[in-house]
Amino acid sequence: MSPFSSPALPSAAVPSIEHPEDLLEAMLLIRAYELRLSELSAQSGTPGTCTAVGQEAAAVGVLSALRAEDLILTNHRSAGHLLARGADPGRMMAEVMGRRDGYCKGKSGSLHISVRELGVVLTSTIVGGELSLATGVALSQTLLGRPGIVACFFGDGAAGEGIFHESLNLAAVWKLPILYVCENNEWQAFVHRRETMVGERIADRAAPYGIASATVDGNDVEAVRDAARSATAAIRDNGRPFLLELATYRQRGHFEPDDQTYVDAAELAAWKARDPIERMKARLAAKDGFTTGDFAGLQARVAARIDAAAAFAQASPWPDPAELLTDVYA
Amino acid sequence: MPTITVYDAMAQALAEEMRRDARVLMFGEGVATKRPELVGEFGSARIRNTPLAEGIIAGTAVGAAATGLRPIVDLLFAPFLCYAMDELVNSAGKLRYLSGGQFEFPLVAISMTGAGWAVGSQHNHNVEAWFAHAPGLKVVMPSNAADYKGLLKSAIRDDNPVLFFVDIGLLYQPGEVPGGESLVPLGRAAIARPGHDVTLVSYAKTVAVCLQAAEALAATGIAAEVIDLRTIKPLDEATVLASARRTGRVVVVHEASRTCGVGAEVAALVAEQAFDHLKAPVRRVTGPDVPPPASYPLEQAFVPGVDAVAAAAKALVRKPH
Repeated sequence: MSPFSSPALPSAAVPSIEHPEDLLEAMLLIRAYELRLSELSAQSGTPGTCTAVGQEAAAVGVLSALRAEDLILTNHRSAGHLLARGADPGRMMAEVMGRRDGYCKGKSGSLHISVRELGVVLTSTIVGGELSLATGVALSQTLLGRPGIVACFFGDGAAGEGIFHESLNLAAVWKLPILYVCENNEWQAFVHRRETMVGERIADRAAPYGIASATVDGNDVEAVRDAARSATAAIRDNGRPFLLELATYRQRGHFEPDDQTYVDAAELAAWKARDPIERMKARLAAKDGFTTGDFAGLQARVAARIDAAAAFAQASPWPDPAELLTDVYA
Repeated sequence: MPTITVYDAMAQALAEEMRRDARVLMFGEGVATKRPELVGEFGSARIRNTPLAEGIIAGTAVGAAATGLRPIVDLLFAPFLCYAMDELVNSAGKLRYLSGGQFEFPLVAISMTGAGWAVGSQHNHNVEAWFAHAPGLKVVMPSNAADYKGLLKSAIRDDNPVLFFVDIGLLYQPGEVPGGESLVPLGRAAIARPGHDVTLVSYAKTVAVCLQAAEALAATGIAAEVIDLRTIKPLDEATVLASARRTGRVVVVHEASRTCGVGAEVAALVAEQAFDHLKAPVRRVTGPDVPPPASYPLEQAFVPGVDAVAAAAKALVRKPH
């Protein structure tokens, strides 16, 4: 194969999320980012977003196990993946607000933010879209001799699309290095998955395709990281796909604002009692002597970043109307 | 100049472009089975069979295109594109724009359509206008062997997603194909026959119908110009408008159904930008708004015929102005 002529993927520095406090801080940043945008959309003209509040451990755990050369495909509930990969919350907020300094010049909005320089190569808001694209990205990695594997994030809803099966089948047949990450958050837009799914686990669907799989507590960031490390090690070793299912819960609605009147209050309360941030905080306190003051320090640092991000985004100019017609064709 | 079929012209284009650029690869339903010569030259990594699953074939092409490869996919029959529509329209056509220009999608999606094999409307349905309506895509549908080769080569080299429609009725039709590079640029129509009384605008197999109609019209003293669009999107507006202004009469001819077809676009273009030159209304001669049937005579009746095209042209020329 001839050398890849486009800029290398990825090219920007990717943060290392190594220590337990880093995991907690990364989750806090995602939580603060999503709650700030939820507040802004409730108060003003900021567009609503699809949040993944309550699912932060899934994003941080997996991203902490990836390498800089790995590529990522994600979906409409992507803020956690992007932030854990090192995306600038200011540029992300600017994108959500449709401003010029957004990662996609305001043309994406919240739903399809890609960041080429961070290896977040494609984001599709068509449920299952990322599953249809991941095989091609992995084929590029293989044929062009690039080292990274491909992580593809999707939900239990996407696993109901036919393309889920097409993607797994082709990845298995062609032996593609894909980490399929199913964030099973129990909700498929406004429908609880128990109404649409037979069985409890998406991971059970991997074996018929000869694909290895695991299901872990998606609200335990260290468990997710450990499972993701095992999975990525296997993929790097044998070049074959792996399906990692993370059992988690979407604490907020499908799309902001959402009053969640359709949600069972007892179920929501039970999952909030298993909040990934609170659990990691308690674990740190119990094991490492992590104090209330330490936690307040992390929170203050995160709040300052989100304040700065919101200020940056709000100060970012609107795109020039001429931008309407650019970027359609190469 | 050697005379070869459309099928062989396309095979030449594929081999030449794969030889030229190691990032070019081809996959689809039976691609490796049907093209052993390509497997022999380029290996099974670059010529691949796939499951009969158009969604993942197209999606794989889109993902590969965004990250450094230049895939060609064979989706067999155009109606199967419905299964690949999300990947082609929502991903290939939109993600460059939605990402603010961070990605390119250099891919070619080949499919066959058109009357000729009596296969019925789930294998024969001229859907080119659907994709012309979708932003971010290019659409090509050639009429002769030389253009099949030259346009396919250009489509493979283009940095955008190209829908490449093959008219079944032309697949084994021979034609003269020049050697060497002989690229045919995307977005440029050809004047297949010059004339000054009326313009017949067409593409794919109905170009030949128009040429025969022009021959018949010549016998009655009417000089018809025949324009072969070759590329449907981007449309070569300049060539169409120049001819419309010269002749003042336009008939648009295509096999695809009438409503919201390419003919409607060409008619609107001429009405908007050449109205003052028109001596008569623009006419369309197209397939009807019905699913193409299998029965051979019904299928042939679906396609605009020489008599209908000639009659439409005559009616315009005789119209007093």
